Amino acid sequence: MALLEVKNFGKQFTIHHLGKTMQAVENIHFSLDKGEFIGIVGKSGSGKSTILKSIYRTYLPDTGNIVYDSNRFGKIDLAKVTEREMLYLRKHEIGYVSQFLNVMPRTTSRQLIEKALLEMEEPATIAKTEAEKALKHFELDRKLWDAYPNTFSGGEKLRLNIAIATVKKPRLLLLDEPTASLDQQSKVKVREIIEKLKADGTTLVGIFHDIEFMDGLCDKVYDMKSSPVPLQEEGVLCEG
Amino acid sequence: MHEQPILCVRNLNKQFGGGCQDCRETSTRKLERNYCSTCGTVYACQDISLELFPGEILGIVGESGSGKSTMMQCLYFDEPVTSGDAYIHDVELEGQNVFNLSSQKKRYIRNHKYGMVYQNPVKGLKMNFSTMGNIAEKQIAAGNRNVTTMERTGSELLENVHIPLFRAKEEPRNFSGGMQQRVQIAKALSNNPPILFLDEVTTGLDLSVQANVLDLIKRIQRESGISMIVVSHDLAVIRMLADRTIVMLNGAIIEQGLTDQIMEDPQHAYTQRLVYSLL
Repeated sequence: MALLEVKNFGKQFTIHHLGKTMQAVENIHFSLDKGEFIGIVGKSGSGKSTILKSIYRTYLPDTGNIVYDSNRFGKIDLAKVTEREMLYLRKHEIGYVSQFLNVMPRTTSRQLIEKALLEMEEPATIAKTEAEKALKHFELDRKLWDAYPNTFSGGEKLRLNIAIATVKKPRLLLLDEPTASLDQQSKVKVREIIEKLKADGTTLVGIFHDIEFMDGLCDKVYDMKSSPVPLQEEGVLCEG
Repeated sequence: MHEQPILCVRNLNKQFGGGCQDCRETSTRKLERNYCSTCGTVYACQDISLELFPGEILGIVGESGSGKSTMMQCLYFDEPVTSGDAYIHDVELEGQNVFNLSSQKKRYIRNHKYGMVYQNPVKGLKMNFSTMGNIAEKQIAAGNRNVTTMERTGSELLENVHIPLFRAKEEPRNFSGGMQQRVQIAKALSNNPPILFLDEVTTGLDLSVQANVLDLIKRIQRESGISMIVVSHDLAVIRMLADRTIVMLNGAIIEQGLTDQIMEDPQHAYTQRLVYSLL
């Protein structure tokens, strides 16, 4: 059964000071079963991030439906849920990872992960042990546990970012170019992490620049060839 | 998801001036920003409706003069409203429009349900009382009579906001701006209110002090689950604190949404200008 179904989705941006409207994407259709991993490829500006951000409601979707099968609410259209419902889903069911670590300043890595767990109303003692487990799991150097992440390297930030998003065991994880600006070694590490997540049954939607990275990792790949591209049918490049 | 808001405001209106035939009718009035150019009546808040949910921080942004502070003053009963309803979800107050209650009842709500932190500490503190006395004042108003317990909670609160206890007997006028603000927060929290209003609390503080105050607010919300309305013209402050944000312009709400959505996909021309001006 589909965990996420995007139907006839479109998004345009109105830029008032230019008096212009830009169609970022239109006619997007795809669906995603539980435990599946879909990769979206396409050159920059083709609207990959727009799709992901609209699922997470950082962008307001304008046309179409984004039907998500929630644990709490059942089938629900993410394009139309209330703000409070979306906040609930973000806390409990849907995770988002970008290449940028956008977190509360002056908060240590450990606190950031604990906070994610406390939001889910886990008891403080469990949050503490789980946070340490996550920090170990994502191979973050022990001396970084009680440091502020603004001084971390790109790879460290990203691993922390993924740790924060995955410690809650989200049912759906959105990966927005997590590997951009990483060196080859860090990319390999991230790939290992994603493989682990997939093995654990997490459903994933990911955007990546390099097709090699996705090779063998994704169950389906959507290619957004030219910008903006209407995806009339599911364009499967590789079966994983 | 059915959730009961802890505070629900419906169609709050506040005007300064009597209005004239040009501006009395809401649907046909033509205002210059928020005032009538014929009679000079200022429509400071126009049909403000909002809901505050338990444990959340609701951000309100807007430029100076957009009606943010007037709205807060109306909610805290510093100013009478021209019209509108507000309901507090509470056994004693269920179903009653709190704007219509007697001044005695309003005082009760201020003392037991609300906390307020003003932009200007002079409004929130008695500058010639001791710091501890300021906190005790609010506790006494909330019905406390036991000096020992009041002193104990007072000390705990001051410690919580990082005011050294040896200065507790000192008057807040000797304190720096950041310290005064933190004393105000301690005072506002002393009656353990379920709802806290914060009006431009970090404006005029330098960056590191501002960071302290913001960290404190976040910590309070995390640890005690108080619902807060945070007013600021500083988008960075709102981005850091609020889950949901309301944008006000010329006395009216022009846009509301998840804070990251307001920042990344603003819809209204004014909000776009505001976000694009963020450094």
